Amino acid sequence: MKRLHKKRRIQVLLVAGVAIAVSTVMIGYAMRDGINFFLSPTQVVAETPAETERFRLGGLVEEGSIVRGQGEAIPFRVTDGGATIPVSYRGVLPDLFSENEGMVGTGYYRDGVFEATEILAKHDETYMPTEVARALEEQGHWKSMPEIRADDDYES
Amino acid sequence: MFVELGHFALILAFAISLVQSVVPLVGAHKGWRGWMHAAHPMATTQLLLVAFSYAALTWAFVTSDFSLELVINNSHTAKPLIYKISGVWGNHEGSLLLWVLILVLFGACAVWFGGNLPDSLRARVLAVQSSIGAAFMAFTLFTSNPFARVAQPPFDGGDLNPLLQDPGLAFHPPFLYLGYVGLSMAFSFAVAALLEGRVDAAWGRWVRPWTLAAWVFLTLGIGMGSWWAYYELGWGGFWFWDPVENASLMPWLFATALLHSAIVVEKRETLKTWTILLAILAFGFSLIGTFIVRSGLLTSVHAFATDPDRGVFILLIIAFFMGGALTLFAARAQEMEAKGVFRTVSRESSLVINNVLLAVSSFVVFVGTMWPLAAEMLFDRTLSVGPPFFDAAFTPFMVALAMVLPIGAMLPWKRGDLMRTLRSLWGLGVLSVALGATVWAFQTGTAALVPVGAALGLWVVLGAGADLWSRTGRGDMGARARRLARLPRADWGKAVAHAGFGITLFAIAGLVGWTREDIRVVQEGESFEYAGYDITLEDVRRVEGPNYVSTMGFMEVERNGRHIASLNPERRIYPVAGMPTTEAGIDRGFWHDIYLVLGDPQDDGGWAVRSHIKPFANWLWAGGIIMALGGGLSLSDRRYRIAASGARRKDAAAKPQPAE
Repeated sequence: MKRLHKKRRIQVLLVAGVAIAVSTVMIGYAMRDGINFFLSPTQVVAETPAETERFRLGGLVEEGSIVRGQGEAIPFRVTDGGATIPVSYRGVLPDLFSENEGMVGTGYYRDGVFEATEILAKHDETYMPTEVARALEEQGHWKSMPEIRADDDYES
Repeated sequence: MFVELGHFALILAFAISLVQSVVPLVGAHKGWRGWMHAAHPMATTQLLLVAFSYAALTWAFVTSDFSLELVINNSHTAKPLIYKISGVWGNHEGSLLLWVLILVLFGACAVWFGGNLPDSLRARVLAVQSSIGAAFMAFTLFTSNPFARVAQPPFDGGDLNPLLQDPGLAFHPPFLYLGYVGLSMAFSFAVAALLEGRVDAAWGRWVRPWTLAAWVFLTLGIGMGSWWAYYELGWGGFWFWDPVENASLMPWLFATALLHSAIVVEKRETLKTWTILLAILAFGFSLIGTFIVRSGLLTSVHAFATDPDRGVFILLIIAFFMGGALTLFAARAQEMEAKGVFRTVSRESSLVINNVLLAVSSFVVFVGTMWPLAAEMLFDRTLSVGPPFFDAAFTPFMVALAMVLPIGAMLPWKRGDLMRTLRSLWGLGVLSVALGATVWAFQTGTAALVPVGAALGLWVVLGAGADLWSRTGRGDMGARARRLARLPRADWGKAVAHAGFGITLFAIAGLVGWTREDIRVVQEGESFEYAGYDITLEDVRRVEGPNYVSTMGFMEVERNGRHIASLNPERRIYPVAGMPTTEAGIDRGFWHDIYLVLGDPQDDGGWAVRSHIKPFANWLWAGGIIMALGGGLSLSDRRYRIAASGARRKDAAAKPQPAE
């Protein structure tokens, strides 16, 4: 009885060990494609990412830069005060996307244009993505505004 | 007036919860019956007080009492009544009060339905449950008071976020919370068992229904959230691997594992320490989920803004409960002696594999969710972990789970014969692979996703059927069919839930693999052909809703001249909240949904129109509902409804031996 319990325990530990090892390998493998770095426009200009690198670009949508109504692709510009990057997005923009608002997009930087494949949809009009807020703060263009009540929305 | 009474009731409940987390514990330790039983009226009183408090807040919302800060920020007089009621939990403070209400409700349930529990165990369970309640009431009262008044009430409120004004999302949080908080019962039972130093079959029989109920609610809650995201966010995604979503998936995976390992404790009195650990971790992950959603440390597409102080408070709660429970576990776990022995090939072993796969897949999700935080602290790099990570690292475990599920589910307890089980299943395996091959041959392209999904889905569904059939024993078809109808509900529940999992797997593969989309500029009155359909944008008109203005497209879908559907995709603007939303026009079908979205108006006339074909979308929601239905069936099994002493006798009678 005792021996059987012990044998079973060793087997269970072995299975768990193998599973954890496999998962670690998979995590490592998946991390190669699954990670997107976050860059501000200033960083994109300073160290231009490779054309094949998928990354996230965040900043403020520049005033007067959104060109709606000119076909399926919608061009606009994203700025953090230090630099401005033209963006092109094919698709219908999220509802709360507008000028002078924070935005985060995922995509590739090719020929001086950020081709966004995805634009983050936020659910709350007072929300500013933390990375964007920080990037703007670095350029001195944003202060954490106390009057923005940022806590009256949630989702789970 | 009501509001102040509600606030006062909550404070009173908090005081009682503090007493209730100490007195029964002392009573159980010293063997004083009076002190142990003191927990019962206290738990009931807590429920009444919190229910009153919650009703007071609801009253404030329904009557639009704009002297309340919460009502100002989340309600408006023009809002339909149902969203006034759901607005109570459509915000941080109110949802926390709902959380507390469910917590004390579960506590009171342990009093009402716990008559067959040993006195000391029940006292300890109630004490632990009450201490969780105390922590969350303190959190509500000290950091997020829903009853705060303002000095100068405005005439009207700021309205509830329009995205939340939707039936799918109105009922999503209560279900999710019933799930999250339901796991607190498993946690309380685990800690009580550790204090007691004893875990037996009766304990397993007690923990299982609570976990099962929590799991059913969690399944439905996640399903509702995903359904809402699909039609409301305007691009037909159902799962984004977003931190907030992962926060609900991790407890679900752990609850699923716990559900299965509790069966082993109940039936075979082994895997006890592991089950206890799972119960602790399952609730731990639902606390971590709360932390992720409410602290705002992780960037989420759902983007809910938040307050770091609250994050710290929740971290303290997690540290206290997880730290305490795991320390207790380390100190007492070895006292849980396993009784049943089992062979390497047996149902017990297959359930161990199920547990390992679920726990490891949850670990993968955890790493992916937390990695941005770790990378920022350790390497000072801001990054995000995207869906490709989860697709690559999570999917293989689900594939493995689906592959072994039908085999493991049919292995007999104690000792099994792999060859014999495989012999009864190999035909179904061949059939499933054949379906996969057929799908692969007929699809354009060589992607393996849908064929593999189809094969696995069919394999799991057929396996569930075979499992049920094998329970009917021997004899001619008629006799077996009659016996099939008389099988215990738990057996049916198991098969139905497993089949639901298979359908979900298949639907996810089909939806992800075969989705097609198109975007183009269409003039009013113009038709275009897409995916075999003729779609016409007849007209775009301005329509007024109760608290919004809508730009509504009138679109007709035809196939070979036959009318299929009239769809009305909308772009709404909620003037009070100053927020636009997109309402897709969806024709829900058996094989696929036609999903139309109206985009921006164009300068030279016309509108951007996005059309998606979403195959098997309804199968996905159906799969989730079937899984939950299976859980419900199992929960209604009669052995949960009869006293524990009687249960043991009935159990033996109601459980036919697996077919040899």
